[in-house]
Amino acid sequence: MTVLTDLTLKAALDGLASKSFSAEELTRAHVAAVEAARPLNAFILETPDKAVDMAKASDARRARGEAGRLDGAPLGIKDLFCTEGVRTTACSKILGDFKPTYESTVTANLWRDGAVMLGKLNLDEFAMGSSNETSAFGPVVNPWKIDRELTPGGSSGGSAAAVAAGLCLGATATDTGGSIRQPASFTGTVGIKPTYGRCSRWGIVAFASSLDQAGPIARTVEDAAILMTSMAGHDVKDSTSLDVEVPDFSQFVGKSVKGLRIGIPKQYRVDGMPAEIEKLWEQGIAWLKEAGCEIVEVSLPHTKYALPAYYIIAPAEASSNLARYDGMRYGLRVEGANLTETYENSRAAGFGEEVKRRILIGTYVLSAGYYDAYYLKALKVRRRIADDFDQAFGKVDALLTPTAPSAAFGLGENADDPLAMYLNDIFTVTVNLAGLPGMSLPGGLDAQGLPLGLQLIGRPLDEGTLFSLGGAIEKAADFQAKPAKWW
Amino acid sequence: MRGARRYLHSMSETTNTKLIRGRTGDWEIVLGLEVHAQVASNAKLFSGAAVGAGAEPNSQVSLVDAAMPGMLPVINRRCVEQAVRTGLGLKAQINLKSRFDRKNYFYPDLPQGYQISQFKDPVVGEGEVIVERDDGSTFVVGIERLHLEQDAGKSLHDQDPNATYVDLNRAGTALMEIVSKPHMRSSEEAAAYVKKLRTILIYLGTCDGDMEKGNLRADVNVSVCRPGGHDRFRETGSFSHLGTRCEIKNVNSFRYIQQAIEYEARRQIEILEDGGSINQETRLFDPGKGETRSMRSKEEAHDYRYFPDPDLLPLELDPAWVKAIEDSLPELPDAKKARLQSQYGLSAYDAGVLIIEQDKADFYELAARGRDAKLTSNWVTNELAAKLSASHQDFADSPIGPGAIAELVTLIEQGVISSKIAKDVFERMWAGEGAPGDIVEKQGLTQMSDTGELEAIIDKLIAENPGQAAAVKDKPQAIGWFVGQVMKATGGKGNPGVVNGLLRGKLGLG
Repeated sequence: MTVLTDLTLKAALDGLASKSFSAEELTRAHVAAVEAARPLNAFILETPDKAVDMAKASDARRARGEAGRLDGAPLGIKDLFCTEGVRTTACSKILGDFKPTYESTVTANLWRDGAVMLGKLNLDEFAMGSSNETSAFGPVVNPWKIDRELTPGGSSGGSAAAVAAGLCLGATATDTGGSIRQPASFTGTVGIKPTYGRCSRWGIVAFASSLDQAGPIARTVEDAAILMTSMAGHDVKDSTSLDVEVPDFSQFVGKSVKGLRIGIPKQYRVDGMPAEIEKLWEQGIAWLKEAGCEIVEVSLPHTKYALPAYYIIAPAEASSNLARYDGMRYGLRVEGANLTETYENSRAAGFGEEVKRRILIGTYVLSAGYYDAYYLKALKVRRRIADDFDQAFGKVDALLTPTAPSAAFGLGENADDPLAMYLNDIFTVTVNLAGLPGMSLPGGLDAQGLPLGLQLIGRPLDEGTLFSLGGAIEKAADFQAKPAKWW
Repeated sequence: MRGARRYLHSMSETTNTKLIRGRTGDWEIVLGLEVHAQVASNAKLFSGAAVGAGAEPNSQVSLVDAAMPGMLPVINRRCVEQAVRTGLGLKAQINLKSRFDRKNYFYPDLPQGYQISQFKDPVVGEGEVIVERDDGSTFVVGIERLHLEQDAGKSLHDQDPNATYVDLNRAGTALMEIVSKPHMRSSEEAAAYVKKLRTILIYLGTCDGDMEKGNLRADVNVSVCRPGGHDRFRETGSFSHLGTRCEIKNVNSFRYIQQAIEYEARRQIEILEDGGSINQETRLFDPGKGETRSMRSKEEAHDYRYFPDPDLLPLELDPAWVKAIEDSLPELPDAKKARLQSQYGLSAYDAGVLIIEQDKADFYELAARGRDAKLTSNWVTNELAAKLSASHQDFADSPIGPGAIAELVTLIEQGVISSKIAKDVFERMWAGEGAPGDIVEKQGLTQMSDTGELEAIIDKLIAENPGQAAAVKDKPQAIGWFVGQVMKATGGKGNPGVVNGLLRGKLGLG
């Protein structure tokens, strides 16, 4: 018998289309999986009744012959996406029991195409973190377990864990410095951060506006392509949204990659990179060569400045974006003797340590006398990094790198060392700074049996090539490993 | 350098120094203004919420205005158009590429925790305004820049003894901040500048100029220096020749602007003459006491942490779009004034009075067509303007139309009625008794120009007053008594010219 929660999104949609099972059956199977997986702490809000209602409506649509692209597909939603009438917290205490009266554009696009919402997924508070440990709801536990509990990565840890554990067929996620790709790498899933502006940011709780971008996490490259086709699209409510056509991305999966030129950025061979990561990278190169790609070494000389620039720009924007959480209109309010005290009390009680750290950094780098030395300099670095990529893309069609400098690490291992934590983003932040599309997909397992991800970086709006290359690597890697169910 | 050249250029019509006498010598005032003008627009600067006074509190607030999580600003094209239109009206440079920045500070009437403004790259650059003094002379005030920004909401402290309420209706409304150079030298010049600026904005239709509602308000920068300091500043462009300035926030009437400046200049002079120094600070004007008082010092000033708003793309304007706006500009006050002078032969003063209000000038032109220009101007700017003002009405909704004034002037020109009778006719027109011709006919007010009829009256008068008649020969000005008597006898209808001529002849004054 088919285990419905083991299906890929594509297989499930085919099964629904062929009436092998109903959306309600598919949804109930996932609702049960979600309930059974509470030890993972991936879902911080389960909406089973809503899910079943949506599934029934989907079955009715299908019966009428009106099924949409994603009709009946049960998904998890990162709790950074505002969902109408459903609590949205960004995993911060400061939002309390905030229930938006509006639906984010990206999730509205998914419901338009018939998808079903299972609930809201855990994340690092305001998406600030690389291990999901800064969440006010506690960390997510990676379904991949060795002798100890591991982080699923962050900030989209709940999304990655839920997809890896078979709790949903796919999940929404967001990526500001690697928050889709690093968790995908840590959980053996596929995640893509599209070109900045592909997906509307309207209704997504903002972290760093110039870097934030929504994307899917799924179990296969094709599944990610199907989800992205629904999520993307121009939105007049987001001034930075791109007015470009959205192709059916799934048509790129399986396309020949013969003759494509793949750049290998030499600056990504960082000191102290684990041999296993190096080996995986070489393996990826070999697979693409076999598929007919030409491998070219390229130089991205400003790479080493990317992380410092990122940790100036992102906190600067965040310090301003998070000013609205002041206890005045919604969310947590802790009264004080006067206005200033009420602000201080509310924000002191509402924000966690990492969020406070970044607000302080951001406030500092924008302050009079420091702006030029930090923020302005970081903007210049950002320009150089984008120029580096421009140059590289004059010679190659895409880049191949590791996604993260390590496999999933133990919960609590880096919690006291923000700098070590920030290093997780070393291969991913450059992509956000340049606004490019980047995909992580599993390449294999390390010696401990933990998944490792490869990253593909493309030209602006050329996600299609990434899906083709991702499809080729996926086929060659034949990554079938699944976490053993321990929960 | 660019700035310095501009100063030299405008030196030809430099401002007048009004010296203030202190205990230790003379001082001069230097003034620069930041005028905040609410953009005339149906919707807010970055949200679709409606704009307009009088709505229920918090009834014109969108999710964006309330800074709900995940909400994003989208620029209102109309507001940009209005800013560009204003820039063109101020003969200013239009920046085809500008940018919005965030000005960060916490206050409950600022839901985002930042105001979206244009700090570094404003949409409009340098321009100028030609301002008239009361004596008809003019001076030029340089415009430093004009930028778009959001207004904040309103904190209501008087609703509850223990709580402050916030009305966000105004939050996010578009403002134009128009920054002048420190080119004004007296409180009168400052008020005259704001008046002229207001007139231009109303002509352009970019701000309703309603100061009572706060739709136009000024921050006034005041400093004092010893005589000559301002001239050296204009020559060199170096602010070192000027005194330390204080900024008086949010002054919203011409009278308050003048009072605030007078008080503040005096305050600064006293401090300096006592050997003290001026602290750069922000001050508030208290209209009740006629004083300014300290709001916050430079040290206490917020660090606004300006940075480019990452939710918005740079604002790029199509030159063809700017050109189209330029082509649609109405005739502006200065051009209209010049044209009224040349086309109608009006004096600079009369033309200046007419153009203060566009509706008044339009009214005038409709009434003056083919008629005595000066006479029409007098009726429009004196009699009618006084009536309208007393009854709080405007030229746009004047109960007496330009056609009626034209008819009245024609009756005077044709000698049908005297100017004196015309005033009576005008009163009746105002009272709603109909068109001037009908009133004259119905009331029998037609001027008596029939020499035969008038001769009979005059002959009788001379015969009855031989002594007076004889006296006139020695004292010609005594003829006035006879004129008065004739007018009395004709009920004011005697044509004064004809009466005078006849009297002179009959009394032997030749």
